Amino acid sequence: MARPAKDAPVLLRLDGITKRFGALTANDGVCLDLKQGEILALLGENGAGKTTLMNILFGHYVADEGAVLVSRDGGEPAQLEPGSPHAALDARIGMVHQHFTLAENLSVLDNILLGTEKISALKSARTPARSKLEDLMTRSGLTVGLDMRVSQLSVGEKQRVEILKALYRDARVLVLDEPTAVLTPQESDTLFAILKKLAAAGLGIIFISHKLAEVMASSHRIAVLRGGAKVADLPTDACSQRQLAELMVGHEVSETVRDARTPGATLFILTGISAGEGREALYDVDLDLKSGEILGIAGVSGNGQTMLAQVISGLETPVAGEMRLEGSAFSHANARMMIDAGLARIPEDRHRDGIVGAMTVSENLAIETIRKPDCQRFGLLRFTAMRDKAKAMIDAYDIRCQGEDSPARLLSGGNIQKIVLARTLEGEPKVVLAAQPSRGLDVGATSEVYRRLLDARARGAGVLLISEDLDELMRLSDRIAVIHRGHLSAAEPTETLDRGTLGLRMAGHTMEAAE
Amino acid sequence: MSDILEIFMSASFWAAAIRIATPLIFGVIGALICERAGVLNLGIEGIFTAGAMAGWMAVWLGAGLWGGVLVAALAGGFFGLIHAVLTVPLGLSQHVSGIGVTLFATSLSYFIYRTALPDVSSPPRIEAFQSLDIPVLSDLPFLGPALFQQTPLTFLALFLVAATAYVLYRTPLGLAIQAVGDNPAAVESQGLSVYGLRIGAIVAGSAIMALGGAFLTMSAFDAFFFGMVNGRGWICIALTVFASWRPGKALLGALLFGAFDAFQVRLQTEVGSFIPGQVFLMMPYILSIAALIVVARRADYPRALLVPYFKGQR
Repeated sequence: MARPAKDAPVLLRLDGITKRFGALTANDGVCLDLKQGEILALLGENGAGKTTLMNILFGHYVADEGAVLVSRDGGEPAQLEPGSPHAALDARIGMVHQHFTLAENLSVLDNILLGTEKISALKSARTPARSKLEDLMTRSGLTVGLDMRVSQLSVGEKQRVEILKALYRDARVLVLDEPTAVLTPQESDTLFAILKKLAAAGLGIIFISHKLAEVMASSHRIAVLRGGAKVADLPTDACSQRQLAELMVGHEVSETVRDARTPGATLFILTGISAGEGREALYDVDLDLKSGEILGIAGVSGNGQTMLAQVISGLETPVAGEMRLEGSAFSHANARMMIDAGLARIPEDRHRDGIVGAMTVSENLAIETIRKPDCQRFGLLRFTAMRDKAKAMIDAYDIRCQGEDSPARLLSGGNIQKIVLARTLEGEPKVVLAAQPSRGLDVGATSEVYRRLLDARARGAGVLLISEDLDELMRLSDRIAVIHRGHLSAAEPTETLDRGTLGLRMAGHTMEAAE
Repeated sequence: MSDILEIFMSASFWAAAIRIATPLIFGVIGALICERAGVLNLGIEGIFTAGAMAGWMAVWLGAGLWGGVLVAALAGGFFGLIHAVLTVPLGLSQHVSGIGVTLFATSLSYFIYRTALPDVSSPPRIEAFQSLDIPVLSDLPFLGPALFQQTPLTFLALFLVAATAYVLYRTPLGLAIQAVGDNPAAVESQGLSVYGLRIGAIVAGSAIMALGGAFLTMSAFDAFFFGMVNGRGWICIALTVFASWRPGKALLGALLFGAFDAFQVRLQTEVGSFIPGQVFLMMPYILSIAALIVVARRADYPRALLVPYFKGQR
């Protein structure tokens, strides 16, 4: 892709940024330049310090050492007042946060206007703003209804509003934090096309990502962060995906591979399940899961996956349809009946639904088996037995914690997920329901999750993998079905599918239209 | 039956409804401003008392009626500032802080009153606001006495409803207040101060609440009594939910409550001989609970209400 001119002026310079949170060094002497017209990808694992660095740039945090320098109107870069988003906006830096910073109760237009006018003004100047925005929308291709309430917008539209907010303030530097995390593949493609157009028009763009493929496809230059320090800064055409992965992780990465195997008998069947109402409802869902296979459910968040997981785990009663596990009906089951029948549930929001943060690691590990004799006798808990069991599981699953008595909330996301895995897979379940199991995890923890799911499959369990990550689905699943607006497509063997087709289906195109 | 109809046909009923609604209008507008910015202000009951006492005492000491109104607003702003400091930068529980402010403001008002007037048996009176005589409008048949023979504070309350609606929906300040109650991160990332907006909204809202108290001692009555606020503040908190945080609906809610109250007084004289009076006193409260059940189930809460914001925290 077209590179910016060699002598393009530097818009932004980070000079030796160091930031510590207690004992943790989030950024360690990071230096970075951004030129006009350039798209720079900031690559790194979770916890590598990417977001912290960008929050310092935008004034949400103050760096302990180092400075942010910004060139104003083509001059030499000058230091930016630290700790002030206001100063960053004045220096024409725009930031699109991963968690959108939009007021949902206001219209799109009002969200964009927010903070751009004198607060003491007697009237919001909506009319001139509207015409400027309409001009911006035609030039950039970012279209969205200005009078819509933000709460009515889709995720992709909200992101467009965020970018428009920056453009409306005449941003020269645009920073996007994990911009594709919530988008379909098609929406991501559109986004990068727009970013390229904006860069060609003279913006400097930084986007944060941990997805190698999109970084390779859509940047001019790649800076890799690891453990808070910059470990590489390379032109994109001089990189390979493998090299980047190793730079990110710091050691060689082994690919998790799914071996070929013939699935066994049908284990778990949903017929005509309908549940819930509104956006998260399910309509007439059919599904069959065989022993020894991984069945992938692809879909963009908010298309009914949560409800599907709730129904299967017995937390939501379907209004119609039937659910059978090994031939017995479970349509009006509660969560305990499903666990007892052999269902392991890896919940989507592990912090909220996976652990009780204030309780200890050993209590969290015992929580699903608390009624079994090895955890209690005569209604009294056997803490010594629970601790011993916890110690064994902490070793087996490599849960990094201060010991089995430390509160679970102190653990990192990856280690919390390991608690969930240890607890649910320990009892050798027949069916494993894994909802977004690698979301927010780094490469190491993710490969651990994959290994455990494949182990369960090899043992003969049926694994239902609900995910938004197509790479993950294609790598792990034997068959993939797509969920869209509560309707589930028939599952097809992974070998017969490709990313493009799945992406279109996730966006709601029917099968005929995709062909 | 015809007696009940007669109640609604009398101009004095409607005049009473508006008079009873006036302190509630001040209160609900003040509470609405605080809550739109994301902070529940349960200090309202005490702020009413403080406004009632401070306004009355200023006039009694010779400050003049409008001077009294100003003093009441300042007293409300002062207690609002205490609540704001506790809940916004310090991020303490808004419930606990609000109840604390109510207890503190109420007790302090009683204390000052008792200290200033240690041994009076009947409360001293002031020359209260008289009803305004508006040319033409006040002289209209029926409508004149029903709607336009009120004291200046009632007209101030109505003006504040319109002004609040305008500021909230038409000015940059109003957009910022709405946004800070929904998603403070949106406000900060646009370069505005979350703390500044919230503290400002609480102080302004509390000053307006205090005017509701001032109306009681300077317009509805002409003296200060212990316990005279009598739960009006709490009613305003409920009315704010009833109004879905909208000024227009807030006015409607306050008027509805005023009408219930005026109606029950009149109904008591009609059928009071066989039903105990307390049943009628309960009526407006029961009706407002019923109205809340109908409306509040669908209420569109400001998303950041009750959630403290800490800069730079994930």
